Amino acid sequence: MKVLTIDSATMVAGVSIVDENRLIGELTVNYQKTHSEKLLTAVDHLLQDVGLGINDMDAFGVVSGPGSFTGLRIGMATAKGFAQALNKPMVTISTLESLAHNLNHATGLVCPILDAQRNQVYSAIYRGVGDGHLEALCPEQAIGIEKLVELLQGYGEQKTYLVGDGIARFAEQISDALAQTVVATHQHAINRAGSAGVLAYRRFLQGKTCRYDQATLTYLRPSYAEEKHHEL
Amino acid sequence: MKILAIETSCDETAVAIVEDGRKILTNQIYTQIDIHQKYGGVVPEIASRNHVEKLPLIIDTAMEDSGLTYEAIDAIAVTSGPGLVGALLIGVSQAKAMAYALNKPLISVHHIEGHIAANYLQFPELEPPFLSLVVSGGHSHLIMVKNYSDFEVIGKTLDDAAGEAFDKIARVLGLGYPGGPAIDKAAKQGNPEAIDFPRVWLDKGSYNFSFSGLKSAVLNYLNTQKMKGRAIVVEDVAASFQAAVVEVLTTKAIECALDNQVNQLSIAGGVAANSALRKKLSDAAGENKIQLYYPDVNLCTDNAAMIGAMAYYNYQAGKVADKKLNAVPNLKIGDH
Ligand SMILES: [Zn+2]
Repeated sequence: MKVLTIDSATMVAGVSIVDENRLIGELTVNYQKTHSEKLLTAVDHLLQDVGLGINDMDAFGVVSGPGSFTGLRIGMATAKGFAQALNKPMVTISTLESLAHNLNHATGLVCPILDAQRNQVYSAIYRGVGDGHLEALCPEQAIGIEKLVELLQGYGEQKTYLVGDGIARFAEQISDALAQTVVATHQHAINRAGSAGVLAYRRFLQGKTCRYDQATLTYLRPSYAEEKHHEL
Repeated sequence: MKILAIETSCDETAVAIVEDGRKILTNQIYTQIDIHQKYGGVVPEIASRNHVEKLPLIIDTAMEDSGLTYEAIDAIAVTSGPGLVGALLIGVSQAKAMAYALNKPLISVHHIEGHIAANYLQFPELEPPFLSLVVSGGHSHLIMVKNYSDFEVIGKTLDDAAGEAFDKIARVLGLGYPGGPAIDKAAKQGNPEAIDFPRVWLDKGSYNFSFSGLKSAVLNYLNTQKMKGRAIVVEDVAASFQAAVVEVLTTKAIECALDNQVNQLSIAGGVAANSALRKKLSDAAGENKIQLYYPDVNLCTDNAAMIGAMAYYNYQAGKVADKKLNAVPNLKIGDH
């Protein structure tokens, strides 16, 4: 069984193929160029490199948010296009869960943070439970840094791992407030389609799939117009 | 040749299957008008969110309605611009993925060229060369269609599109969104000569348009009436405003056709559905022995059948897109 997973939730465009629990291919492009131009090319490259065709895939995974609204939609529309054309199931993977799994052998807390602009981050908190598994401790949210620090302190853990592109701006502030933090080095801190792919495969085996018309994105935030409208 | 066409450039999620550029096998539209109405116009982020959810459903509806399977489809076409970039990207991404997965050619279509091609779906006899007046919320263009895939822009708006002016005036008159049909309806009860709004002709011999001065004139008129405590007859304002727009569009289109010695004129785009424009252009075209073509309302407003029609002629001209196809919000005609 093979699952192809795509990730365009952040600056990174990524594709991975997992075959029988084995990551057989991963391509990460972390370079300024629009996802729309590079994503399908990356899929094609990777398939050629592993000698497979898109029809050999049994399911399509996609990183479904939170993240850049436009990036998320490019990934989702692409994954839906594959799944619909070939009538195969889809698996959606949270951007934050995927990021946390870059450090899935951590003991203590794992806190992925993505810069959400307007002085907020998209974040969630996980705890390493061994064997490459993480347990989610709180819902994903768009949250201010002070609030996030409070939440982290509340778990009373010794060690907190920080991961995600938000660490560039916020790691220092969080580290100052906590007992011990480990900030992921760059190659572990960015989105990796391999991490998402392993999760997608796991979920595929568990039957946690959906049809292409059911897959949805997690924005964690209404559009600006909706927010404005609500205030009126 | 059967082409599955996708259009998501603004607030309509549309999918069609068109055969040989002329025959509609199915034409499906999910319109988001209701969703955007409360904001008084299209909210790009909301449009994009809806496209990505609805597009697969509309594709399924189109496939079911046509009774075809994907094997019977020869190519996938998509609007790549102009339009709202986030909205365009949904159609472009999905179309690219489907073309790749099904191993079919991918054809990129220019939205305005699509509007022009809408006429082919209704008029089997229409062939280039002809002049096309494309008027909608985003465009006001006079385009010479030299052959199926060779266009020359002869005139365009220097500021607002005609449809934009309709939306704005409808909003200030409290007629709601979208403005085109609302003004058209109100104008039927009003006197088009009640208020003498300016006609902006620009330089002699210019086929360009300008509607921002007219828009300001209407706003000024409304303010003055209010300040002087005079009543505003909404129907008269709508009718007089519409008459000014229609007169400029009609005069320029007819002059342009005569100057360029073409005896076929088509109108396309959402504003082509305007009843006053259709009437005035029909009369003027008749007087000047010009054959006028305008498609049914459902082919004037954004739809995917027109994209499927244009795609066929792009394909005939050897224009096929690759995996790197991107959405281009300000795509120029002939530039893809
Ligand atoms: Zn249009």
